[in-house]
Amino acid sequence: MTYLADVAALTRKDLRVALRARDTLPAMLLFVFSTLVVFHFASPDGADESAAYGLLWVAIVFTALLGLARAWVPEQEHGVLDALVLTPTDRSAIWLGKTLATLAFLAAAQAVALPAFVLFFAPLDLTALAGVLLADLGICAVGSLLAAMAAAGRARELLLPLLFLPLSIPLVVGGVGAAISADGGRYLLLLVLYDAVFAVLSWASFEYVVTE
Amino acid sequence: MLAAGLFGLGLTLSFFVAPEAAVEGVRQRIFYIHVPIALTSYFCFGLGAWKALMLLWRGDDRYDLESYVAIHQGTIFGLLTLATGSIWAKTSWGVWWSWDSDQLVLFLTLFLFYCAYFMLRFSLEEGARRARSSAVYALFGVALIPVSFLAIRLAEDLVHPTTFTRDGPQMTATMFTAFCVMWAAVTLLAYVLYRVELAGKRLDRDLRELREALQ
Repeated sequence: MTYLADVAALTRKDLRVALRARDTLPAMLLFVFSTLVVFHFASPDGADESAAYGLLWVAIVFTALLGLARAWVPEQEHGVLDALVLTPTDRSAIWLGKTLATLAFLAAAQAVALPAFVLFFAPLDLTALAGVLLADLGICAVGSLLAAMAAAGRARELLLPLLFLPLSIPLVVGGVGAAISADGGRYLLLLVLYDAVFAVLSWASFEYVVTE
Repeated sequence: MLAAGLFGLGLTLSFFVAPEAAVEGVRQRIFYIHVPIALTSYFCFGLGAWKALMLLWRGDDRYDLESYVAIHQGTIFGLLTLATGSIWAKTSWGVWWSWDSDQLVLFLTLFLFYCAYFMLRFSLEEGARRARSSAVYALFGVALIPVSFLAIRLAEDLVHPTTFTRDGPQMTATMFTAFCVMWAAVTLLAYVLYRVELAGKRLDRDLRELREALQ
């Protein structure tokens, strides 16, 4: 029970900090919206509708990257991460709290992006939405661990996309597949598998990344 | 020495002894180089991940360097695989690159992933934390192989010649011998390079420590 309480407290802290600072969330919203507008001009007239789903996924991945790059900045700036590591809580709770907070921001950004996508480009069915949700889980689970790794580096803004993009390829395959394939269930299964494997790996290995 | 000898024997076997492939003719001979290099590359990545796991488990510093060197070798062989694969694809499918081929795309994904590994390593300060972060990332790579493979299979359109099926290798005995000799040669070569680089890196580190001790 204390583990869950710790996680809840950490998530609340992250959400509150982000809502007070008002920098990350508005940036993500604006970014995903302007990306979709740019995509409209980038795709030629009469382009196949299925190409639009690919563009949606590029927008989702990059918006997530934008949020993840900022994820550990408050902790870095004030040395909070070291203090958190010193507290008598399980270290993986820090990761889980951050993952949930990032998930909330990404979901908020998509609450704007997905209706805009339907309005501008192409309809989304239930399987596609399930794909987005499952991929979000994977993106945030892996992303918040990699962001913590990159935050310790010299060029963290540069490093995170390099670390994250190769790992996001199965997520994009699953997400796009769920949106356009007639048999979307198989792609959802792939996403579930990805989430399970990488969430467990990230959960188990976070401690090694933040301790000196 | 042994690696060089075996390599020479393998090349001779694969160019002069093994019979020409029925459909592909002389082009097929690159198979004896391409496939062993690719397998060796996978093996190096696996070894790197294994050493990474040992580092996290045992906490012994020496695994860090071993894991790094194994992945370094894997990446070099990976580059060779992409190059030889590209040449084979050009001669046999008429294109330098085909997105339809599972193995090619999987390999490219892994190659990108391990290039990022070096970026991570070079941007962190040397020390226990860098060793552990690199180890965690190397372990992610091994989890990425089967997941990407599934992902790419799902989006599949099989063009790659499938030589090894459940009924065993689809080639004649001499071809198979030539292939095995080449495979052994490349693996041995990788091992020799691994030892050499490891020895060099260790010497480097010892020298640096000595210099710091003297100052």
